[in-house]
Amino acid sequence: MANRRLAPASEQPQDFAFTPENAEWAKHQIAKYPEGRQASAVIPLLWKAQEQHGGWLPQKAIEAVAAELGMPKIRVLEVATFYTMFALEPVGRFWIQLCGTVPCDSCGARELKGMLEKRLGPPGHVSADGNFSWLEVECLGACCNAPMVQINQDYYEDLTPESLSQLMDDLAAGRPVKVGSQTGRTSSEPQGGATTLTDETLFDGSRVGAWRKRFEQAKEAEAADAPKGDAPKGDAPKAPVAKTGEAESATQQAATAPRPAKPDAGRPVERKASDAPAQRAADGEEPVKPEDRADAAERGQSIAKHGSARPGDADALDSPAKRIAEGEPAAGEEGRQELPGRDIPPPPPEASGASEAVEEKLASDDEKK
Amino acid sequence: MTKILVDGTEVDVPADYTLLQACEIAGAEIPRFCFHERLSIAGNCRMCLVELKGAPKPVASCAYAVKDCRPGPNGEPPEVLTRSGLTKKAREGVMEFLLINHPLDCPICDQGGHCDLQDQAMAYGVDSTRYQENKRAVEEKHIGPLVRTAMNRCIHCTRCVRFLAEVAGVPDLGAIGRGEDMEITSYLEQSMASEHQGNVADLCPVGALVHKPQSYNVRPWELSKTESVDVMDAVGSAIRVDTRGREVMQIEPRVNEDINEEWISDKTRHVVDGLRMQRLDRPYLRENGRLRPASWGEAFQAIAAKVKGADPKRIGAIVGDLAAVEETFALRELIKSLGSANLDCRQTGAGLDPSLGRASYLFNPTIPGIEAADAILIVGANPRTEASMLNVRIRKRWRMAPLSVGVIGEAIDLTYPSHNLGAGAESLAALARGEHSFLETLKAAQAPLVIVGADVAPGVLAAAAKLAQEIGAVADGRPGFGVLHHAAGQVGALDLGFVPGEGGLTFAQMIAAGGVDVLFNLGADECDIAPGAFVIYQGTHGDRGASRADVILPGAAYTEKNATYVNLEGRVQAANRAGFPPGDAREDWAILRALSDVLGKRLPFDSLIALRKALYAAHPHFAGVDTVEAGDVAGAVAALAQRGGETGTGAFVSPVGDFYLTNPIARASRVLAECSRLARERAAEPQPLAAAE
Repeated sequence: MANRRLAPASEQPQDFAFTPENAEWAKHQIAKYPEGRQASAVIPLLWKAQEQHGGWLPQKAIEAVAAELGMPKIRVLEVATFYTMFALEPVGRFWIQLCGTVPCDSCGARELKGMLEKRLGPPGHVSADGNFSWLEVECLGACCNAPMVQINQDYYEDLTPESLSQLMDDLAAGRPVKVGSQTGRTSSEPQGGATTLTDETLFDGSRVGAWRKRFEQAKEAEAADAPKGDAPKGDAPKAPVAKTGEAESATQQAATAPRPAKPDAGRPVERKASDAPAQRAADGEEPVKPEDRADAAERGQSIAKHGSARPGDADALDSPAKRIAEGEPAAGEEGRQELPGRDIPPPPPEASGASEAVEEKLASDDEKK
Repeated sequence: MTKILVDGTEVDVPADYTLLQACEIAGAEIPRFCFHERLSIAGNCRMCLVELKGAPKPVASCAYAVKDCRPGPNGEPPEVLTRSGLTKKAREGVMEFLLINHPLDCPICDQGGHCDLQDQAMAYGVDSTRYQENKRAVEEKHIGPLVRTAMNRCIHCTRCVRFLAEVAGVPDLGAIGRGEDMEITSYLEQSMASEHQGNVADLCPVGALVHKPQSYNVRPWELSKTESVDVMDAVGSAIRVDTRGREVMQIEPRVNEDINEEWISDKTRHVVDGLRMQRLDRPYLRENGRLRPASWGEAFQAIAAKVKGADPKRIGAIVGDLAAVEETFALRELIKSLGSANLDCRQTGAGLDPSLGRASYLFNPTIPGIEAADAILIVGANPRTEASMLNVRIRKRWRMAPLSVGVIGEAIDLTYPSHNLGAGAESLAALARGEHSFLETLKAAQAPLVIVGADVAPGVLAAAAKLAQEIGAVADGRPGFGVLHHAAGQVGALDLGFVPGEGGLTFAQMIAAGGVDVLFNLGADECDIAPGAFVIYQGTHGDRGASRADVILPGAAYTEKNATYVNLEGRVQAANRAGFPPGDAREDWAILRALSDVLGKRLPFDSLIALRKALYAAHPHFAGVDTVEAGDVAGAVAALAQRGGETGTGAFVSPVGDFYLTNPIARASRVLAECSRLARERAAEPQPLAAAE
């Protein structure tokens, strides 16, 4: 990403105006924001302008957006030059944005770049047939399927120079192409299929959802009990169904004290931290509780080593502080070995995919406990 | 108030202070680039990192509030360490990053010697570099005739961007690109449009933006610096005049919280080359219709011959925009001793009358007082061109909390939103009758402020004073009525009562054909003197006044004399001599003293000290330098409201049409001529008024 400048004057159109549909759409975007905050709509509008103008933003479009939103032109130019998703110069029919950030780079984006350079020349130039232009950009957020490119609106992942070249041939020829991973993996699953959550019972309802099933059974049973008079008397007593009354009480409370899961999710409300020094000070209490003071008195040392059980702590609680007080290693230190001397070679790393070793380790940890 | 420990010193500061402010109060110096007291906080240079006890990493002290600090474990105040090892290491790291792409071109950089980066690299940096790679190269940008760019040096503090957007209100600069490729520029390298753009070069902590007119010309250590005041407008900004030898090299702002804070307008700053060009450096005498160089003796003899033969009633004196109090006083004494009452200082603005009290022609609310106003009505004035620093203060007030500003006069962009209520006296009358809802706004306001241009017709001045009374702007001791002057010498001359005495002629009558036989013109260049009179012009520049003169007496410009000026608030200020007048030119009071001797009416002072003694005896308030003497605002406004007078018809026209060319010094400046040309070009292609924020 070198210096991003507007296209030369010879490429610039004489004027730009939104089509009536796009102007209508822009109005809706602007209306999303409160009065005086219309500038917030600058990115959607620039995007629409780019879409309307063959995939790149001419100077007049930037000025039109500035006029539309009442912003100084330089402010719109700042936005348009900041984001690589806004092309400031003409692009090919297929605009390839190649991710060159670390995960893609370590998975072979450099080879893709070499291929593109060889095939299309330096970035930012439209190929002779007008089909392609390319640009190296920062992370596009598909690291799990690295390396990847974005061509116009779509992501193409798990690429090799060959598959990308093939993909470009297909696109140029108008043949159908596959969006997403080019190696056949499903969305962002591991190569070769899922390795976790493979247990069938997770999905057949025998494990997940069994708890809810109990309530459903109880409901069914109640429904069956309802016409009591009709029921034959000699029936065997039904299996007792656990009735905690939890569901009923929750329903009743919902009526009197409605409490949505996240009452102000996404809204900028000021919420008091439940127990913060500043709040305590505001409430006229001491900002720091005496027991906390003792806990944090010596700042030069690790808190974990220094801390002791507070008077209010339940004895049964297995806290690091308590364990230290009793001379045991705190959590996190359990598996730690004494550092070997420098002349002794370190043991080979455990986490090299040898699952047995990990299981053994877990077992030995259990024994220690 | 919150207690906080800075390097072991406990200080008590307001909770909304930043750590940086708290550290400064405690006397600890914090290096910074992007932070500036008068701009919003950006927090992007990271130079102000300090260690905050309990925080996991150093914090940017400019953007961290004292109230956000956690107390110590036993409830002790939070502790900041500005001299700890961590802080030192953090600063060294930041400095190293800043210098990665900063060229080492200090020897050819105009900022050298007053460069924040240079100083802070010395104080907080390390002595060697670990960077072997190529440095970033950035294209130079054209951003106007006053600011030269060297963008390789930019450290992206964005002070310039914030200044133009916030203080100047003309957001021309921006930062395009991102990350390492970020560049400061104007839109498509158009010239900046602000009349305060020179300040961005002052704000630049490195040499990326430097003043173009004095490029490669000066080094800060070879200049002698003189504190003075500006006379380009009536605001009287505090300036520092930097001279090398006898030549003024540059004019820089000086902090004066009451007037200009720390900004000055481009006219104030770049008038420097005007002080060198077109100067009158010897007396001239008109012979056979042509001016010829003459000696002082010849010139005085010519004047004496004319004055002695003239009827005292046919002798008059006018003073212009740049005259200081001392020479105006000397001229008044001289003309009075000749037996004439024909004195006037009002080139325009015939409605002002000192006999109504000082408060009738001052900007009574004072400039800091603008910040207390909550509704402003501007009548027949354009503060942006007539008193641009005052306009900055109104904008500052608007930024604190938007207030209603109504304008009767030209449709102008004041850099903050304003309602245009009409064009002329008719609209003012309609507003006073309540035909516009803005009257309700003014009446509802706690501290309304009426600003009237100094040049409006007497009737308009009276009507505005009446309106100010009616809306309660001057009730209960409120000073909500102000006259907006645009000439530096005007208030001082009015204070001296330099207006027609009993039976005396007014300015317009004196310059009209057949008005007087001998006219003494002390630097009045904004008027056309009709043929007929024998005109003695005393001034500094070969401008309109000199070309109409019969005798030219070369005087000293405002940087060449110790003089007193009174700004539009009535604040008495001292200008100090930074250099000497060129050639045979002399200080103005001394010329008048010498002339009085030749005329046989020797003035009773032989030195500036003696003159000032006489001045202070006659007008004690001039002794109170840097103060504003309080006046009876309500009484003066009531007296003004009583006055009638014709209101004139048609739209109000601001007396300052071209901001850059308002006086002979400015008109002699090439730099300002270029600015003026660009401003005219901009005006020719009207653009939609962009919202300032």
